[in-house]
Amino acid sequence: MAQLKRKLNGLRRSPRALVVVLFAGLLVVGSGYTAVQAAVSPSTAVTRSQEQIDLGKRIFLSNCASCHGKNAEGTMNGPSLIGVGEASVDFQVSTGRMPGAASGPQLEVKPVQFTEEQISALAAYVGSLADGPSIPDASLLQANGDSTKGGELFRINCAMCHNAGGAGGALTEGKYAPNLMGSSEKTIYEAMLTGPQNMPVFNDANITPAEKNDIITYLKYLQNNRSVGGDELGNLGPVVEGLVAWLGMLGLIIAITIWLGAKSN
Amino acid sequence: MSNTANTQKKNGFLAGTANYVDERVGVGGILKEFGRKIFPDHWSFMLGEVALYSFLVLLLSGTFLTFFFQPSMTDVIYDGVYAPLKGAHMSIAYASSLDITFEVRGGLLMRQVHHWSALLFVAAAGLHMLRVFFTGAFRKPREINWVVGFVLFVLGMAAGFTGYSLPDDLLSGNGLRIIDGMIKGVPFIGTGISSLLFGGEFPGHAIVGRLYSLHIMLVPALILVFLAVHLFMLVIHKHTHYSGPGRKDTNVVGYPLMPVYVAKAGGFFFIVFGVIMLIATFFTINPIWNYGGYDPSPVSAGTQPDWYIGWLDGALRLAPTGIEFMIGDYTVSTNILLPLVVSLVFLAAVAIYPFVENWVTGDKREHHVLDRPRNAPVRTAIGAAGVMFYAVLWAGASTDLIATNFKMSLNQVLVTMQISLIILPIVAFLVTKRVCLSLQRKDREIAIHGRESGRIVRLPHGEYIEVHEPLDPHDLYKLVDFKDYKPTLARPNAQGKITVAARVRSSLSKFYFEDRIAPATQTEIDEAAHHAHEIEAEVQKAIESSK
Amino acid sequence: MYDAGLRVIHEDAVANPGIEPHRVRMTDKSVKHEKNAVRQVAALFTLSMLGSALALYAYFAFPISEDLTTVRLNTLYLGVGITLGLLGIGIGAVHWAKTLMPDNEVSEERHLTRGSDEKRAAAIEIINLANQESGFSRRKLIRRTLYGSLALFPLPGIILFADLGPSLGDKLRHTAWKQGTRLTKDPYGSPIKASEVTIGSVFHVIPEGLMPGEENYLEEKAKAAVLLVRVDPDQLIETEERASWSYQGIVAYSKICTHVGCPVALYEQQTHHLLCPCHQSTFDLVNGCKVIFGPATRPLPQLPISVDAEGYLIAQSDFHEPVGPSFWDRSVQQ
Repeated sequence: MAQLKRKLNGLRRSPRALVVVLFAGLLVVGSGYTAVQAAVSPSTAVTRSQEQIDLGKRIFLSNCASCHGKNAEGTMNGPSLIGVGEASVDFQVSTGRMPGAASGPQLEVKPVQFTEEQISALAAYVGSLADGPSIPDASLLQANGDSTKGGELFRINCAMCHNAGGAGGALTEGKYAPNLMGSSEKTIYEAMLTGPQNMPVFNDANITPAEKNDIITYLKYLQNNRSVGGDELGNLGPVVEGLVAWLGMLGLIIAITIWLGAKSN
Repeated sequence: MSNTANTQKKNGFLAGTANYVDERVGVGGILKEFGRKIFPDHWSFMLGEVALYSFLVLLLSGTFLTFFFQPSMTDVIYDGVYAPLKGAHMSIAYASSLDITFEVRGGLLMRQVHHWSALLFVAAAGLHMLRVFFTGAFRKPREINWVVGFVLFVLGMAAGFTGYSLPDDLLSGNGLRIIDGMIKGVPFIGTGISSLLFGGEFPGHAIVGRLYSLHIMLVPALILVFLAVHLFMLVIHKHTHYSGPGRKDTNVVGYPLMPVYVAKAGGFFFIVFGVIMLIATFFTINPIWNYGGYDPSPVSAGTQPDWYIGWLDGALRLAPTGIEFMIGDYTVSTNILLPLVVSLVFLAAVAIYPFVENWVTGDKREHHVLDRPRNAPVRTAIGAAGVMFYAVLWAGASTDLIATNFKMSLNQVLVTMQISLIILPIVAFLVTKRVCLSLQRKDREIAIHGRESGRIVRLPHGEYIEVHEPLDPHDLYKLVDFKDYKPTLARPNAQGKITVAARVRSSLSKFYFEDRIAPATQTEIDEAAHHAHEIEAEVQKAIESSK
Repeated sequence: MYDAGLRVIHEDAVANPGIEPHRVRMTDKSVKHEKNAVRQVAALFTLSMLGSALALYAYFAFPISEDLTTVRLNTLYLGVGITLGLLGIGIGAVHWAKTLMPDNEVSEERHLTRGSDEKRAAAIEIINLANQESGFSRRKLIRRTLYGSLALFPLPGIILFADLGPSLGDKLRHTAWKQGTRLTKDPYGSPIKASEVTIGSVFHVIPEGLMPGEENYLEEKAKAAVLLVRVDPDQLIETEERASWSYQGIVAYSKICTHVGCPVALYEQQTHHLLCPCHQSTFDLVNGCKVIFGPATRPLPQLPISVDAEGYLIAQSDFHEPVGPSFWDRSVQQ
């Protein structure tokens, strides 16, 4: 025992000890950093083929570089895409927001310009430039979570912009949060993850992947279960209900009163 | 013999009952007095009935709901059938509202009937009030009834507000939050009143129960009392009628209560109820399951109150930025007090209008013949300006929905409305007044010269004229029977002094009656007819001579 | 008998021609039309009966279960049945009145609303008699003490309401935040590490220990709700006093609007604006949450934050001012 102790003491002072300590330190810091990073972005391993990246770069140069720069570094007309990740590209392009057309307060949903293959290629290219949020794995998009938790999280984090029924809402200066009732699970997940334009980023430490699944479950429930009370009137609330009361009910009743008071033939 | 006995038996039951009741209540006299009362027939007179009937529907559907709703704010974990709320914390009030919706047959239907009916009640009452205003039905002897009706309108708003706050959902809870914020902003007593209302800090555990007492007991009781007074005065004064052949201030022309009105008005109740039921069957209202139970942290985009509270919410939104100020260490929340004061002044103006107009005209006669709005141009223009003011405030409550759905900037929409609030009522006044005067001129012309017949005649000396057809005397009378006023000068009183009041009255009378179109008189019509005859004679002569 | 005020009475006004002659209806002239009308009314009443029967049937034929479509079906058929039941009667009754009941307009005389002179004289006499017999006008002492007692007796009734709510004391000036309280995620309460708050994120925050179902949960939340955001530190404009209130670009502000108390929950990531959805007050997050639009006046109160030994975000203290809507003595030193 004492012999071992003496041997270790000797080792402690040797120059090799320094190397060991440095290596251990790097290991600790590196894995600690990776663990933290994993908490804020999904660590699903991304597979990109060089073919995809090349195709993506070609598409990028002809369709995106004029605003986003030849190397996606950004210009006056479009921000840098370095680090936005595949999820951002997939979201923007597969909803038709990108390529951006008219200038305005925010990007509008338009007909999608690219095929799925092309979108994957674009995403692969931009994703290859730097690490960023990646496209969620299908296992996270099953909408098999807890709709109660999803509803609570939705109301606290999302309803103030998108409305409690997902009908959308106003932001300042002409911007708006869109209606969610036609969105797919993937689109919803990617929007939360990447925070497009003025939508905040809901990283995986804020809303965990399981919680994102819950929110998607809740939204899917709303999409699939129309109101039991009848036509939802766009889920726009008391303003539309008031209009229906005045124009619909009162209007109909006044038409009836005119019939009632008119002389019969 | 047997025939008489049978007839006796057949009539026996009805006659016997009538006799029984008459001996105890004197219905015979009541029937005699009221059975053939005359009510004039015009669709615009039915708006008050719409309000009355929707109130009855509220009472019926509301009573059903009280058997299931529980006004407690105690926290409970939901275990009902609506999956996205299973396991969530909420108040018992909210949970019982969900149970009514999803687990009671007809519960959702009754909830929707109740809420749609509430919207219709206040809308019909408001439109009825506008009809009364624009036809001058508030004049003597009905000034008090106008105030009673005004109180009913405000009570209707109170009933609605207390009612939709009962389910304790996110949307109405935020409404209560706003009310609490406004109350707290009142100087001196604000925080005290807030604590009294909520039983301590917001939201507390008391408010739903207290609103429930107000909503099912106090406010309906007050509405019933004021309704009774309102209808009682209608019986005493009898209903007004529009001017027309046979109609005067000293009579009422229409149909007898029994059987025509019993059938029409009674049937109308079923029609109003049926329309409410129709809308409630096919259109969702207040989907509380989407909102979740009230929590002060989440909020939904598009947070608006029910329509009749909208103008107050709009007033809050339209207040300019940064007008709150300090007096020493004390905060004067002008951003809340200004909308509050503006709203109260507006309501006060509505309530006292009949007395102001009465003072200006000095007309102490009873009025039972209604004005066509065009024949009171300044009153109608004032009404139009008031409606415009109310409408802009109401639209102000939906700035965010307008911005989202019409792709505009929220900020620009708001600034536009702030400007409109001042400008549009003035524009409405000017335009309406001019339109009324023009319509009056047109009426006068038709009365004097008759209707254009479309026949063009060329006279021998080359002039082209259009032949006018004289009006049937019944149609003519409708155009010329209206009250004509002219302005007055300020006169000195008994002491020889011209008081301020006299000066104000004189200026107001000029404001009201300076621009006036007098009704066509018989003399003018005769002259024009004579002239027309002359031309007609000339035309005939020319036709004869050309043959 | 009454003064007509400013009214102009025209001596040569057009005379009233009397009620129009009655226009005969088809149902008055023709037996066939009358029979048709009768059949129509009867059909409407029959439709009503069928509707009510449908409603009764639907109530039992469409029971409700966990499946929400059963609720929709029950509501739909019950509603349609009742609607037909009601409209049938209503339209039938009105049609009956319009087509078959006499529609001759009749005139009824009005009487002046005021009582006749005799009635008024009699009323005045009664009042005078009552006055005389009670001595109301004459007995000043009785009258004045009566007024006094009538004025005072309702007051205890009013003061009864004082216990409706306890005085708030200084509750409005303190929230659940204290030195060292961890910032946790709304509503499930997990703590937040500074490293998790990336640029562009917004976290909805409540103080640690606030659990639903506990007493005063909503009351405390209504004051303690906070928004947590990270911006590029270079973009933050901070006063010297508040430079220590943020942590590496992470700032925490009260979520309760200083207008009338709604949650200011909308965060625009790129403009750094906070928007309140109720009345559209807008606050500039990088500039102390000053108001840049809308009816609010005061900036949102800032919560001074820091991190603890494990890297979790904590509050340095409570807010330095009362949160939420303004009240009269808000700024009075306690």
